[in-house]
Amino acid sequence: MTSIPQHASAAPKMETRGLEIRYGPKAAVKGVSLTLPERQVTALIGPSGCGKSTFLRALNRMNDLIPGASASGEILLDGRSIYAGHLDAVELRRRVGMVFQKSNPFPKSIFENVAYGLRIGGLSDKRELGERIERSLHSAALWDEVKDRLGESAMGLSGGQQQRLCIARALAVEPEVLLMDEPASALDPIATAKIEDLIHELKARYTIAIVTHNMQQAARVSDQTAFFYMGELVEVGPTEQIFTTPREQRTEDYVTGKFG
Amino acid sequence: MATTHTDKTYEAELRELRDRLLAMGGLVEQAIVSSVRAVTERDVELAEQVKLRDREINRMEVDVDGQCRRILALRQPAASDLRFITTALKIVVDLERMGDLAVNVAERALDLAQAPAFAPTHDLAKIADLAEAQLKKALDAFVTGDVAKAEEVMKSDELIDALYLKIFNDMLGRMMEDSKNIRRATALMFAAKHLERFGDHATNLAEMVVYMVRGTDVRHPRSRAPGVPGA
Repeated sequence: MTSIPQHASAAPKMETRGLEIRYGPKAAVKGVSLTLPERQVTALIGPSGCGKSTFLRALNRMNDLIPGASASGEILLDGRSIYAGHLDAVELRRRVGMVFQKSNPFPKSIFENVAYGLRIGGLSDKRELGERIERSLHSAALWDEVKDRLGESAMGLSGGQQQRLCIARALAVEPEVLLMDEPASALDPIATAKIEDLIHELKARYTIAIVTHNMQQAARVSDQTAFFYMGELVEVGPTEQIFTTPREQRTEDYVTGKFG
Repeated sequence: MATTHTDKTYEAELRELRDRLLAMGGLVEQAIVSSVRAVTERDVELAEQVKLRDREINRMEVDVDGQCRRILALRQPAASDLRFITTALKIVVDLERMGDLAVNVAERALDLAQAPAFAPTHDLAKIADLAEAQLKKALDAFVTGDVAKAEEVMKSDELIDALYLKIFNDMLGRMMEDSKNIRRATALMFAAKHLERFGDHATNLAEMVVYMVRGTDVRHPRSRAPGVPGA
């Protein structure tokens, strides 16, 4: 599928054109053209193996790390190719951050977890480091819960807190786009609600793409929803439309639970 | 629907809801036919039966509401399922109201039976046939998801309106002729009005069927703000 009309009023922050991703001979993503509108949440839904996570990981070149993976087509950030010379993978991943399904805090203190990316980026000024960390923890809605124990191990936090810590860590380097791969699938409903509430707040400043198997979650958090099936982008549209009146039969079957 | 739900219990729940609405529609159909026959044949017993059987229709409304609430809470329906449930919640109100209108016609039958017959009722029977056909067609459209049939229902409402006006004027004439006719003419006029309203509810049903199938709201085309299409 080459182009599907989208109903995004916001400017495109990221855009793919005819993106094809292969693992060896097998195409995992087939000719996908999709726009992530600025400061909106795009949900990527579809059954397992439909290519949505592969697509997400392509947006900050995480697939480069997988042997045998290759990509063709275009991926644009602010209208410029992410493979162009002006942008190396490290800088790209600073601008396009990622939060994974399983929270993966480093076995370090809460403070050091958030400071990690900043230190790698060369920031050593203690006061600025402290400010940036506080701001990130505030943004991740975790500050009030950890402000009195920043020196304690991150491993002592609950699963939901660990996930918000990972979000704080991603936010610390001030990205522009945030990619989330099933960020709440391992969390209880309260922790999930906190993450979803956080996504609502974060979209005022960031462009967000979220992969989720939980369709109600996609419906709750996103502005537009893209349905992937067997590597193709079947349909993309305003989330309300996808969940009330999808245009494609395959989308209809998926959101109503009619996939065998 | 091309395929069925992976969750067979859910599939069965939706089917059960559809069946119950249809059964309720069947009772309403029966009620309107009987109530008009009670008028034309001056059958007091039949009129009383219609009143009694309305309780069953009311019970079914409560049941359908409960089923819809349960599905909304437990299944979080989407797309065509969501449109089906919201349609069910709305048409059940119309169907219950149509049952009440049949009772109203039955009550007019009881009034009229207390006095000697005075005017032919063939126009009333005709309007009842049309109204019943409208309901039948709307229910058919609902079951088969047939938009063309639903649109037919929406168009034919004018026939009922025209016939109602004819009866209205006829009764008005009889009242002017002889004031002794006023009571009975009013009863017939009301019966006609109830049937005309019955037809309006069938139109509501048909409009909801269009929404259910297409996802577009075709109600109140003249009341829409400019630039706001049916969503």
